[in-house]
Order: sequence, then structure tokens, then C-alpha cells
Amino acid sequence: MKNFAEMFRRLDRTTKTNAKVDALADYFLQVDDEDKLWTVALLSHRRPRRTVNSKLLRAWASELSGIDTWILEESYHVVGDLAETIALILPPPEQDYDHTLTHWIDYIQQFAGYDEEGKKEAVQEAWRGLNTTERYLFNKLITGNFRVGVSQKLMTRALSRATGIEETNLAHRLMGNWTPNDTTLEDLIHSESATDDISRPYPFYLAYQLEQPAEELGSPEEWQAEHKWDGIRGQVIVRDDEVFVWSRGEELVNDKYPEYHVLASAIPNGTVIDGEILPYRDGQPLGFNVLQTRIGRKTVSKKLLKDAPVVLMCYDLLEYEGRDIRKLPMSDRRELLERVVAENDTGGVLQLSPVFAFSHWDELAAERETAREKFSEGIMLKRKDSAYRQGRKKGDWWKWKVDPLTIDAVMMYAQRGHGRRANLYTDFTFGVWDGEDLVPFTKAYSGLTDQEFNKITAWVRRNTVDRFGPVRSVKPKQVFEIGFEGIRKSTRHKSGVALRFPRMLRWRQDKPVEEANTKDDLEALLATYGG
Amino acid sequence: MPLLTFNECGIYCERADVYIDPWKPVDRALITHGHADHSRWGNKYYLCTRTAAPVIRYRLGDIKLETVEFGEVKTINGVKFSFHPAGHIVGSAQIRVEYKGEIWVASGDYKLEDDGLSEAYQPVKCQHFITESTFGLPVYRWTPQEEVMADINDWWRQIASEGRTAILTGYALGKAQRLLNGLDTSIGKIYTHGAIENTNEVMRRQGVKLPATTRVTREINKKEYLGNIVVATPGAIGQPWVKKFGNASIGAASGWMTLRGARRRRGADRGFVLSDHCDWPSLLEAIDLTGADNVYVTHGYTAIFSKYLREQGLNAVELHTEYEGELAEIETKGNAETEKENLAADAE
Repeated sequence: MKNFAEMFRRLDRTTKTNAKVDALADYFLQVDDEDKLWTVALLSHRRPRRTVNSKLLRAWASELSGIDTWILEESYHVVGDLAETIALILPPPEQDYDHTLTHWIDYIQQFAGYDEEGKKEAVQEAWRGLNTTERYLFNKLITGNFRVGVSQKLMTRALSRATGIEETNLAHRLMGNWTPNDTTLEDLIHSESATDDISRPYPFYLAYQLEQPAEELGSPEEWQAEHKWDGIRGQVIVRDDEVFVWSRGEELVNDKYPEYHVLASAIPNGTVIDGEILPYRDGQPLGFNVLQTRIGRKTVSKKLLKDAPVVLMCYDLLEYEGRDIRKLPMSDRRELLERVVAENDTGGVLQLSPVFAFSHWDELAAERETAREKFSEGIMLKRKDSAYRQGRKKGDWWKWKVDPLTIDAVMMYAQRGHGRRANLYTDFTFGVWDGEDLVPFTKAYSGLTDQEFNKITAWVRRNTVDRFGPVRSVKPKQVFEIGFEGIRKSTRHKSGVALRFPRMLRWRQDKPVEEANTKDDLEALLATYGG
Repeated sequence: MPLLTFNECGIYCERADVYIDPWKPVDRALITHGHADHSRWGNKYYLCTRTAAPVIRYRLGDIKLETVEFGEVKTINGVKFSFHPAGHIVGSAQIRVEYKGEIWVASGDYKLEDDGLSEAYQPVKCQHFITESTFGLPVYRWTPQEEVMADINDWWRQIASEGRTAILTGYALGKAQRLLNGLDTSIGKIYTHGAIENTNEVMRRQGVKLPATTRVTREINKKEYLGNIVVATPGAIGQPWVKKFGNASIGAASGWMTLRGARRRRGADRGFVLSDHCDWPSLLEAIDLTGADNVYVTHGYTAIFSKYLREQGLNAVELHTEYEGELAEIETKGNAETEKENLAADAE
């Protein structure tokens, strides 16, 4: 773990891509294959399962350090990270254990067979022999939420440098359904054929948000335009008479969407489709709210299938007749995709995402304005001669989203943030006027610059009215423009509405607090867009 | 009536009609040390230690100021006042107040570790202790200064070997001089930000020994900085001023660097945990050493820290004051001090 901790410290110290890749590549050259594989797994969200809940962890840390749990809790609100809080409050280590990362992960995986007392002894024993950074990492591993600011792309680049295997090839091999418990680095990255795991998906190609005017993209004839569907990105694979459905988070979601099982026999083997998992009925998409009733459900009841049926809105074809066709131009792939959808009877499970005919950008802009009414988030633009690339790359694919809905709201409560915003007030509750009173209706965390967060933190400290644990109520003085993607009725929220993706667009320091929006304004938005 | 009370102007002794570190203008102010939140403009009369005076005069200009030696007793209307080392910065004092057997100590800002520049902290017995709690949470625990300075010098050596410039930040009064004092001058030359060099000059004149430093000016060729170190104020980072150092590595020295979030937010390449305030264990040790039963917590994590002290059986009260502790190193406040620092740098 010493190498791992040193690598983590190096990653943590820099925001520069090259320095991160250097740190990772150096590390990969130092450690054995087992540690390499676990590191790859951790950096690609294949974390060991959580074996201890955080409540127990707090109690054991409190016991070992002689610090009461209430003050540990207060410290946690300041630090913004439980694993880090515990690492910092524990007394200095009595020993200095030097074991591999794999050793510690095995150690943690064995907890599953221990009773509570056994787990406690094992955890406290580890704490006694690890330094602060190592303890932090160990805590992250047991709580199952290890995250570090390095993308899969950078990790792949570093591993490529350390192993000599070409990067795109490596990226493809690291996809799919594996854990270090059931494979070796040798099998995963050195074995001959990349299709030996028949469920292995292709890396998704992701689009950038279009910031410049669409006209600057050049001639409309070069571009394919379609809806930006408001569902979940998915990749459906049919190989060897089996179907595999992957979500963009590289999660295998076969069980959640039984609608797709029919595809195993309905479309030919060696077909991989990129599309949107979309709630859909009678030729119309249903809102994202409807899909939300299915996210997170492992087993799906008959009623749910009836109330929230999904289709695959198909927009790209990656494998055809067993051949990887990602290098073909978009227009050719589109033609083959149309053939796959047209020639096979899937009972409507596969829907073809329509393309807009347009000869001028203005026509498209008009289409985009009405997107929200069609449960679409805007328009996707894809260059007709583009290959299907990996990850987020600029140039060929753009998402041209509809402008967010907005409302001017008053800050009512503030709470400290987490992670790199620890100890800063970044989590706010906002209200709108209802006569003389403010009614809270949403929280928002993001959208301000670091400098603005610094400034508002100083303001919150000096304008606190009351404290409720970690939450402070503040004087109703500050107005923020809140942007959001959708609004719907909610019985769970006091205000009766729930917003989708609320964030702060601007701090309206120019706006008097009396001029913020009202509950009536909010209800008018609900009536128009609440579906 | 207690000997000291707290009102809208500051800590007040009615019997002697004096304030300690007032935040609004008053007739007579006893000052613990020269940081801006403790020694403010506009008082008609100031009293501080002899070694704290030069910086206060430099900052506040033409003021009526008298000085005392550490330990010297000054009696005002029967109340005995004496100043005792607080170990925070050069000249910083805890102010002891005694009348008819009632003893208070207002400690201002303080730290227990001897930094080699400030007069080393001495515990003072009292019944009533006024304390800060800037780092009053158990997550804050410092490593000894020598280890931190060794880390800083290792970092500088590494950056110098790459032919780059190291920029190290700490505020202009106190932290900066402590850093200068710990730098290994065999690695290279030390350059300083204007606001820091101004303070250095004041301190050198009063006999404080500091290593040789060169003020950063426009006339210096940019290449001269390579391999050397620049000690700068936290506020200078992110300003156009730092651009002249090219591909420099930035290190920040502050107690806040304990937290990963603060390290990442700071935009520094390296965070070094070094503070002129007490960490959690030394706050508790200091309070214990005073023997006081009554503790008044003025700034920092006041609510949490005073609750903890009450659980330990002390009469601890949380106060609302306008002291800021080390906030300047975590917030960009646009306050007078930061603006003055930036002006000092821009002038060059």
C-alpha cells in the first residue's frame, strides 16, 4: 500500500494531466500484476463491496481515539469526508505495516465472514499500523466509495505506457464484466481475442456541449441532426444468442429491463447497437420522471412494466454481422442501423431515432426551441463522415441543449460542502416569496466559481441567524438565478414541486431581494412544463 | 461585576476603562499583537510590548503608542496589567489582568511550539482564560516544525533541480518570517513579495535575525528566479504578479492544509501544514496549564470547542467577536489587509 499511497499523493497534488499520467505509469512499473489489476479495477469503479457500515466505523474510531461521536460528527461536517475525518482523528500509528494493495483488499474482503466484534478488531488493528494517507485509503476501501480524480482515459493511457499495449485496444479490453477476483491481468489484457468475453461492450463515444453558434459548424449537409433523447444511454449487445444491456456507467442492466430479452432471438448474432433506454408508449416518449420509477429497481413488477415500458431508441450501430464497424462513417453506419431495425421484427422494442431534414441552421434552431415539449433535451449533431470514437472527443459530435428554465430565488439556508469544497458553504436551500414569507423549494450546490463560493462563505459566516446542526439559516438577502431542466409536482417536497438538475446560474448581486420570484411564478412554470 | 466584560467594542475592563484588542475605536487599547484583526485603526492610545510596537507603528502610522517589557506590571486605577509571551508572532502577548485576587488572561492568538523567532509561549495561571479556537477540532494536529521545514526544503530542492521556481505562501507578518528562518539557503536564493519584504525590513531594524532576501521587482530578469524560491502572500496567488515566475511550483504553508479539500481548492501544488495557532492537543494543554475554571472562546470553531470544554467540566462560553484567526489564509476576503498587500506588490 505504500506505493499506492505515494501514487495517490502525487495524483492529489496536481491538476495537470501529464503529471497524473506520470504518477500512474511510474506506479504501474513498480508494482506486481495483482496490484496493477486491483488499481485498474478501483479506477474503473470496480470497487470491492462495502463490508462495514459507516455508523460502526464512526463508533470504532471514536473508541480508539477517545473522541466522542458528536465531536467526530461535527468534525465530519467541517472535513466533508468521513474516511478523511477518521484518518485525522485517530492517534498516531504504533506500528508501520508494509503490505501490498492486494493484501489489504484481501484483508477487507474477509470481513464478510466475520461477526461485528471480529470486524472491529480487524479494522482497529489495521488503523494501528497505517499512516494518515494509508488510513484514509483503507477507510475508502472499506466504505466502498473509493474515488480519485483521474479518469479512466488517463488510467488507460498510463497502463498503456507501462505495458506497451496500444491505448484504444487496452480501453476496449478493460470494458465489461470482470473483477480482479475472477480474472488476471494476463487474461484480461494479453489474451488473443478481444471477443472472448462475449458481453464486452465498446467504449461509449460522448458528445461535448455546443458552446459556439451552430453556424460555425459549417455546411448543414455535413451534419446529421436528431433529438437528444431524455433517457439513459445504453449499449445493447447480441452475441451467441444472448443479449447484454450496458448503461453508460458500465453497469450491466439486463435484469432491470426485461423488454430487451426478446432481442436475443429477434436480431442476428454479432449486432451491437448504441441508443437510449427510453420510456415510450403509443409512438411517444414518456417523461424522464417515468423512467425514474425504474432506475434502481432490480426486480420489475408487471405493473411497473405496464406503467413505465421502455424501448431502445437506436442511433448508432457499432457491430454488424460480427464485425467491428466503428471506423465506418456515420452515414454508412446509419444505413446499416436502419436495415437492422427495419428487417427484424422486435415488436417495437427497437425504435429508430429519426433524423431531421434541414438545409439551414435556423430550421434546426426552431426545432430546438420546442424540444422540451417533446420530452427531448435538445438536438444532437453528428458529422456524417465521422467514425465512432472513444470517450469525450471534440469535433464530430455535439449536444445542442435547450436553454434551462430559470427562476430568481432567495438563499434561506446554507450548509458546508464535501470534498474539495469542505469547510466552504456551498450547499444552499432557496425559496420564493409567498406574500411576506419565503417558501423553500429547491437546493442547489453547483454553478458558482471558487471565488464566489469563498465570498458567499464569508457572507454566510457573518449573516447567520440560527444554526440547526450543520445547517445555518441566513438573513434573506441574497438572490440567485436558479436554472433547471424540468419541473414536476411532488408530494415529498414541502413546496409541492421537484426540479430536475437545479443549479445556480448566476449570483444576482444586482437584484433587490423583494424582486425575487414568487410561488405563483413557480406554479405557472409547473402548469406549463409539469407534464 | 466581573473584571473583564465583552461589549460591542471589544474586551473591556471597566475599572481601568481600557479595552483589549478592540474592534471599534476606543480611548485606550491594550494590544496583544500586530495582526490587523487585533490591532485596528482609530484608537486614541495604544499599549503593547516593545517588540510588537515596530510593526504596529508601521501598519498604523502616526499613533499614540506606549510599550512595556514582557512581565512588567502596569497599574491602572488599581488594576494590574502585564504582558506575557504568546508565541504567535514576534512581540505577541497574552495580557494578564489582576484586581483583588481576580485574575484574567486574554491570550489573543497563541501557539505552544517554539518557532525560534517569537518569544516562546509561557503559561500564565488564572481563573478566567480568554482563548481562540481557530483549529479547535480534533482533526487538526501539527507535526513538529523541523519535519515540516524539512519537507518544504525537500520540495524546493526538487523544484530547483528541475530548473523551476518554487513559490511558497504564508501571510506577511509572522508566517513568512518563520518560513524564511527555516529555509535551507544552500539550495538557492530567497526572493520575497513586497508586502513581506516591507515587514522584514521593520523586523530587521528591531534586531530580528532573518536570512538574506531580495525583493521581487520589475528590474529583475525573470531567469534569475529559476532554481530559487519566492516567498509570497496567499493573496498574491492567482494575481498577474505570479505570471513572471513561469512554470513555477506553488506551495502553501497553513494549518488549513491539513484538509484535502482545502489543499485542492487552494490551487497550490503542495500544501504544508504549518500554523502559528494551536492545534487541538495544544489548545487543551494550554487551557489545562492555566488552571482556569472559566474559559471564553473568542474565534474559530467556538460553538463546538466550548461545548467540548463544558463536557470536560469547565465553565466555557462561546463569544461573538470580530477576530479572524487564520481565516485570511483560507478566504479571499478583499479586506483592507489583502488589498494593501496587493497594492504593495503591484507597486513593484
